[in-house]
Amino acid sequence: MKKKLLLGVFEDEHKMIHTLEILFAKGVDVFDCYTPFPVHGLDDLLKIKRTRLPIVTFVAGFTGLAVALAFQYWVSVVNWPINVGGKPFNSLAAFIPVAFEITVLFGAFITIFAFFLRSSLFPKLDTESIFNEITENHFVIALDLKDGTIDVDAMTKLFALQGAIKTETKGVVL
Amino acid sequence: MSGKEVVSILRNPLVTEERTYKQVSDDVITTLETPPSKMWWISFITALCVLIMGIGVVTYQVRTGIGTWGLNKTIGWSWDITNFVFWVGIGHAGTLISAILLLFRQKWRTSINRAAEAMTIFAVMCAGVYPVIHMGRPWLAYWVFPYPNTREIWLNFRSPLLWDVFAISTYFSVSAIFWYIGLIPDLANIRDRSTGLRRKIFSLVSLGWTGSHRTWHRYEVLCLILAGLATPLVVSVHTIVSMDFATAVIPGWHATIFPPYFVAGAVFSGFAMVLTLLIITRKVMNFENYITINHIEAICKILLTTGMLVGLAYSTEFFIAWYSGNEYERFVFINRAIGPYAWAYWIMVTCNVIIPQILWSKKIRQNLVIVFIVSIFVNIGMWFERFVIITTSLHRDFLPSSWAMFSPTWVEVATFVGSFGLFFTLFFLFIRFLPAIAISEVKSVMNFARKKNH
Repeated sequence: MKKKLLLGVFEDEHKMIHTLEILFAKGVDVFDCYTPFPVHGLDDLLKIKRTRLPIVTFVAGFTGLAVALAFQYWVSVVNWPINVGGKPFNSLAAFIPVAFEITVLFGAFITIFAFFLRSSLFPKLDTESIFNEITENHFVIALDLKDGTIDVDAMTKLFALQGAIKTETKGVVL
Repeated sequence: MSGKEVVSILRNPLVTEERTYKQVSDDVITTLETPPSKMWWISFITALCVLIMGIGVVTYQVRTGIGTWGLNKTIGWSWDITNFVFWVGIGHAGTLISAILLLFRQKWRTSINRAAEAMTIFAVMCAGVYPVIHMGRPWLAYWVFPYPNTREIWLNFRSPLLWDVFAISTYFSVSAIFWYIGLIPDLANIRDRSTGLRRKIFSLVSLGWTGSHRTWHRYEVLCLILAGLATPLVVSVHTIVSMDFATAVIPGWHATIFPPYFVAGAVFSGFAMVLTLLIITRKVMNFENYITINHIEAICKILLTTGMLVGLAYSTEFFIAWYSGNEYERFVFINRAIGPYAWAYWIMVTCNVIIPQILWSKKIRQNLVIVFIVSIFVNIGMWFERFVIITTSLHRDFLPSSWAMFSPTWVEVATFVGSFGLFFTLFFLFIRFLPAIAISEVKSVMNFARKKNH
């Protein structure tokens, strides 16, 4: 999707956090922040709800467990039971190792897939980054200009006052 | 931003020199952006030659048969499975550093986890060669996977050998994807510094990463989830490998101590290999400020702890063999110590139990030459541990008329050397083309124990 954003760029994460606190107090909705590493404390300042990925992991893992146990049971007891050393056909204890591995496999891969989907991460040939310095050492606050509720001049002044090295309006594809 | 720098007296800084965020990126990525050094070329070509030799030998062995090995009816497994367990064990340190230290909130893992995880993946690849080539018909190796087939037969899910297939496959794929997830922000960093073809390639693999905090939030939770999954996974994998032996009936194998014994041993040998690799890497790549002497010390302490666990396992096994009163079990352990393979047994005990004791001294832990030598000895000792367990238990079991000796053929030795070729080829490619330190993670912790006044 295409978005028009007002971007305030900082070189210091503390200045960015301080600015966010001011914005939070003023009731301004911040669209997102772009940082080279996860800065702590931003979840509350950006009003981000806790992700539901752990639920995905649980459901996926449980599915894996069920699939693995059911499959092993069907193979060993129903479809083609083979007498190996007198061991019982339906040996739950023996089925546990494979069931555990499949649980972890399903849990891991499905959660990662959900993460990619949710964060719109997929192989892209042409990536024009918002600013190339973000992944290196710049911290950016992004305000969404779509409804026109953001006073661009006031925000630019505020960013500059708090130590932003530049403020820009940019159209980005996300 | 600069001002008086205050360093904590209680905690060691995780990065020993004052670096800015940009300098961290530069330190790690410049090696990828400049042509490789002569030393890299020499190391890489050497490893590649050894790998090509290994491929040649394995091709010869697969075409000619298992008869090219020194195995016989009595000793049906020796170097093949020893090397398999050796490589899988080495792989475990990487996951431990990545996953378990993350769960324990140990910030010092950030400069070593990338290389350690890479080491895991390459070690598991080396390990995976052995189950395939030790089969009578390796070209039918795909038969170990349960798929509907015209033979109308399924697999025996009650066999630890099959549990191994699932365990190793899952371990490899989950480790690889965990490593890749960790790489994404750093690949984005390289992308943003590049132009042209390099930018296109890194765009593809960094999946359009923007550094958005909403994504970082999910990313951090994802890493915790993966760490939480990988931790029991790594314990289960070596447990299942140990079951290859523990579920058998022969004395010296049929012991309930095997799962924790093997897991502790894997951590021990894995960390020894991490130490060997990191001591070289930090020097060659100028990472001494990131992989600090404190990291080396911490790893030495882990080595000491797991070494003593392994020593405890040796004594427990021996004690239980005596306490059980079982004449066969008792004989196996006496035979290990004074029989024809006693030389292997005593190398194992010396390298694994006695030599690591010098790591009690802080001065020794900070002496990199000694630590490097100790790590090599531990690697050797742990190889011998697997050799002693497998070969000595097989060569003299219940029936004396079946007793035999084993010695490796040139094919087995060359295959093992070739596996090191595979490992090091991949490792040198890794440090050439990918960031060997987790840049974004180091940036997030590097100001720990350091306070800058604004």
